[in-house]
Formats: sequence, structure tokens, C-alpha cells
Amino acid sequence: MKILVPIKRVIDANVRVHVKSDGSGVETANIKMAMNPFCEIAVEEAIRIKEAGHASEIIVITIGTSQCQDILRSGLAMGADRAILIETEAELQPLAIAKLLKAIVERQSPQLVILGKQAIDDDNNQTGQMLSALLGWAQGTFASKVVFNDGNVEVTREIDGGLETVSLQLPAIVTTDLRLNEPRYIKLPNIMKAKKKPLDILCPDDLGIDVNSRLKVLSIEQPAKRAAGIKLADVQELMDKLKNEAKVI
Amino acid sequence: MNFQLNNEQQMIVDSIRVFLEKEIYPYEAETDRAGKVPEELGNQIREKAIETGFLACNLPESVGGGGLDYTTLGLIERELGKVSYALGGFIARPTELLLACEGDQIDRYLMPCVSGEKHEVFALTEPSAGSDIMSMLTRAVRDGNDYVINGSKHFISSPCLPDFAIVFAITGMDETKRGPRKRITAFLVDLDEKGFDIRLGPQCASQRAYRTYVLSFDDCRVSQDQILGEEGKGMELVDKWLSMGRVWVGAQSCGKMERLLELATDWAATRKQFGKPIGHFQGTSFKLADMATELQAADLLVMHACQKADRGNMTGEDAAMAKLFASEALGRAADHTVQIFGGMGLMEDLPVERLWRDARLERIWDGTSEIQRHIISRSLLRPFEN
Ligand SMILES: Cc1cc2nc3c(=O)[nH]c(=O)nc-3n(C[C@H](O)[C@H](O)[C@H](O)COP(=O)(O)OP(=O)(O)OC[C@H]3O[C@@H](n4cnc5c(N)ncnc54)[C@H](O)[C@@H]3O)c2cc1C
Repeated sequence: MKILVPIKRVIDANVRVHVKSDGSGVETANIKMAMNPFCEIAVEEAIRIKEAGHASEIIVITIGTSQCQDILRSGLAMGADRAILIETEAELQPLAIAKLLKAIVERQSPQLVILGKQAIDDDNNQTGQMLSALLGWAQGTFASKVVFNDGNVEVTREIDGGLETVSLQLPAIVTTDLRLNEPRYIKLPNIMKAKKKPLDILCPDDLGIDVNSRLKVLSIEQPAKRAAGIKLADVQELMDKLKNEAKVI
Repeated sequence: MNFQLNNEQQMIVDSIRVFLEKEIYPYEAETDRAGKVPEELGNQIREKAIETGFLACNLPESVGGGGLDYTTLGLIERELGKVSYALGGFIARPTELLLACEGDQIDRYLMPCVSGEKHEVFALTEPSAGSDIMSMLTRAVRDGNDYVINGSKHFISSPCLPDFAIVFAITGMDETKRGPRKRITAFLVDLDEKGFDIRLGPQCASQRAYRTYVLSFDDCRVSQDQILGEEGKGMELVDKWLSMGRVWVGAQSCGKMERLLELATDWAATRKQFGKPIGHFQGTSFKLADMATELQAADLLVMHACQKADRGNMTGEDAAMAKLFASEALGRAADHTVQIFGGMGLMEDLPVERLWRDARLERIWDGTSEIQRHIISRSLLRPFEN
């Protein structure tokens, strides 16, 4: 069984993000980029599934600029077998990503696609679900546990107020939550070996997919700064402020 | 650092960073306070270093090491410079001097160090021989196929009790044009060798949990097979690796400076006095500017030395300049950071006072700043001598 792991390159989680002065986006020039943390969890889970003998090959894939090869190499160094880059300069929306992934799924025929539940840059939380709908495959989103049972995969999902366990028939889509696993350290010899693993580069046209966006980002703003707190004399004053200043009651 | 890293180098730096954040940062304060690393913790770090392939990353692939170039090693040392050496020392990086092992020595000393089963110390300094290493007194006198060692070493450092020491001793005199010169030989001496005593030395203010030992040799008899390299060629062996060691001190100083700069910047941006973050006052912010500028300059000197080492043409002066400037810039950065933190900079609750104490060592070991200046100035003036 093959596992496909779509991953995304985002601003490193430890970097303090800045909005560009013209509001067109966040500053990415000279900023450290890294694999989206949820995607790392997805790669880790795929490797664990393979180590447990349920899978024979792991393919990591990303869609983006040529620089995205760095996160593919990280995925290979973690333990994926080969990588695919769909190279494009365009800013793609989740639907376009899901369509491209569908085309790849049709060519590579994996039985399982594991991906992060969302990327920490746009927080869309859509790609996995859209891909599942386009393919007509079962989906187990927000996974905190994944267990293989001949032909089926049991996914424990983190939902409001508790955990839900669903059984999916393969082929299926799983999206990862934070508590699914802790990604391993990348080993030094594996970093060297990753250089030699295959990395194929395609472009959206090769797949015949229209990636034109139907959505335009108008502006991006820095969240409002939190003002310093003040001390109030009594409940009376609090009620007054809530009513007349904050206008919330 | 803005120095352009390639993809593998970036992955290596990222991977060691995550390792240090998880395995070392959480234990730094307590081990520093205790003045030692609990055995279990040391073993745990060593195990993970073996697992990730970092334990002997500095050695060539042919002996089971990481086979990395000097530039990449410099980047690793830079990360390791950020953390406690007592803990980071369990990512052993055995001394390259062991590559001189021959015959049985390979399986007895070199390979066990690569695999993490054994740990060595490098014993050159003596109470009477610090900067002036040729004033060494420890002697090894030949007796048949053996040598009998007498003398003592101090400041011999290691994160834990070693399994053996590389001991330098005088084995004779050579007549040279400039007068008599000591023949110095390196010996591999096991800890359980009769007549060899090892004791914990005084507590150091820098790197409190990193141990320094006093080694005493009282008619300690070792076979001639214990000579590392050739008889009388001990200093050549040291010289071969000495300069690289100095570049590593430079790299570690840069790492520590980066950590200090991050702490200082964060504090300057958040600590408020007179109604504003203290970073609004130039008295504070200009210190940050100086630290950042000096860090970049130090990084460039270190990377310049590493790249020359990779091309095989690094000079002793290149290494001396990198060590001198980086360790001194670190001293200034540590002092600025304490100042920016005010009273909190001196309190044990924050890592600043520890980093400030730790920083002081870098200007002393592996050749003091004065010795580095001596090396640099000698190379300038030598052409004028006849
Ligand atoms: C924590 C720690 C760990 C160490 N680990 C090891 C180890 O593992 N193995 C090992 O062999 N050694 C080790 N050392 C020893 C270290 O390398 C020496 O401390 C260092 O070389 C300086 O020698 P010294 O301390 O005897 O100072 P000294 O040589 O006595 O110097 C004292 C002062 O005089 C100055 N000075 C000396 N000569 C000159 C000169 N010609 N011109 C101008 N100024 C001069 C020095 O710069 C210094 O300021 C360690 C030291 C420390 C503190």
C-alpha cells in the first residue's frame, strides 16, 4: 500500500510574523520557512504506519515554488521514500490544491492520504475535506489516533467535548491533529541519504488542472494590540463600561 | 545568521536545534545549580546523540563519523555553543587526535569513542604550564618496552569521568639552533592504570556542571604501544587540530551571542519603565545594535575560517582572529545583556547570569585572547625578522 502525504511550506512557527506595510500579505523575504507542524505529524504517522508493516511506500508531495524542495527533502530525511513537487509561482487556494492532489492520487493510486488538518499560515482547514469530496473517499479528520484493522483504518477524532472513533474503509483520507504523535528527530545520516532519493517536478499544466483562483485576498491586517487593563472601583462601574464603552450588553 | 546555508546544512541546523530544545534546555538551570549532571540524564543525552548520528559527527565517515565538512561542523558547534557544555558534552564529538590511533589502539580507543562506549579527556595543561605549554614538567622515562610517567595535569575537563586520558609528557630533549627543546609525546592512559589518579578539581564559575579534573601520575607504567602517533611528535599532533578547535570556540561564542541577543531583544521589547518598553531608549537599543553587528562580524570571521579549512588553506591567524573576535564580542554581549536586564540579569531565576558566567571561559581556554593576539601579531612581524 502506498501512502501519499501532502505537505506545505509555511513561515517557521518560531518566527514573529509581520504584516507588509501595504497590507498585501505577511513579510516572507529573508524569513525562515519550515514544514507546517501538522504536516510533520502527518509524515511521522505515515512512517509509523510503514514501520508497522501496513504500507510499502511513502510519497511526500507539495505544491509551490521551487524553494519548496527544502521541505520535501526534510520529509525524505524523516523517512519518506520519494517526493513530488508541483511547481508553480501562483498563490493557490485549497480547492485548486485539492484538485491537483486528486490528479496525483489518480496517477499514483495510494490507498491512504494523510495530511495536516490545517496549515498554520492561513488556517483554512479545507484541503483534506475537499480532497475527500472530490475523490468520494471516506475521511477521518482531526485524528489523534490511527489504528489499522485489516482493510479498515480506525481514526480517533478530537471533537468538541470529547473523542469520536470512526472506522474508514480504504482508500481514505486522514487529517492530523496535534496530539497524534511527536515527530522524530531527523537523523544526520538520513539527511545525507535524502539527497539521493527521487524528487520529481511537475507543473499544474502537466496535470491539466485549472488552478485559477475564485477568491481574492483584499487585505491582511495585524491583529489589534491589546490595551493595558484598568482597575474598576465596583460592579456598578463595570456594568456602565460594558454598556456604554464596550457596548457588549 | 544571514550566511547562506545549503539545504542539508539548514536541515542539520534545524535538527540539532530541536534536539537541544527538547533534550538540553529544560535541564540547564538545575544541572548548573547542582554543579553536576545526573548520570541518567547524561546517558539519556548520549543515547539520543548516538541514535541521531550526532555523537561523532565531527569524525570522517571511514571511522563511522558524520563525514561533514568544516563549514557544516562550524554550524553544529554554533548551535552547541548555545547550551551548557556539561550537557552538550554528552554529544561527545571525540577529539580528532584519536584519528592517529594505529593497530590495536583503533579498537581500544578510537572506535569505542565513536560508538559512545568510551569518553576521553585531553590532558595537556599543567599547574606550571598553561599558555606556555613547553614549560611542561610531566615526564615519561623509557624502561625497556615501557614508559614510566610522573607529573600532574590540571583543568582537564569533561562532562563526566573519562575512560582514558590523552596525556602529554616529555620523553627527551632535542638540540636545536635555538637551544635545547623538549620532545613531547602523547600517551593513551586508561583510568585504571596503576599509578594514575584522577580527582575532581576546583569548582569553576563558568560552566559549573562541566567538570575539571586533576590528573596525577606516580610511577605510572604504560607500554610503548600506548603512544598516540609517534614518540616525540606530540606537539605536531596537537598543532594539527589546535587551530580548528579555536574556530569551534569562535563558533560556540557566536551561538551563545545569538541566544543572548534574543533574550536581550525580547526583554527590551517587553520590559516597561517610564511608560515605555526600555528598548525605546537609545541607551538600551543601541546596545542591541552593537550586539547584532558584532554577532554578524563574528559569524563571518568564523565562516571564513571554516570555508578556508574546507579548501585546505586556513592559517593559524585565521583561526586566532575568529576565536579572538568572537569570544571578546561575546564578552561584550553578555555584559550588555546583564545591563539590559538590570537586577534580573543577576538573578538565578533567569538564564542570563549563567550565560554571562559561562561566556567568560571562552576568552581563556584553547589559548587566551592574549595568546591569539600574539599569534596574529607574530605573523605580521615575522617577515621583518632575519
Ligand atoms: C574550564 C576549563 C577547562 C579546561 N579544559 C582543558 C582541557 O580539557 N585540557 C587541557 O589541556 N587544558 C584545559 N584547560 C586549560 C586552558 O587551556 C588554560 O587555562 C589556558 O591555556 C590558559 O592557561 P592558564 O590558565 O595556565 O593561564 P596562564 O597561562 O597562566 O595565563 C595567565 C594570564 O597571562 C597571560 N599571558 C600568558 N602568557 C602571555 C604572553 N606571552 N603574552 C601575554 N600574555 C600572556 C594570559 O593571556 C592570561 O591572561 C581548561 C581551562 C579551563 C578554565
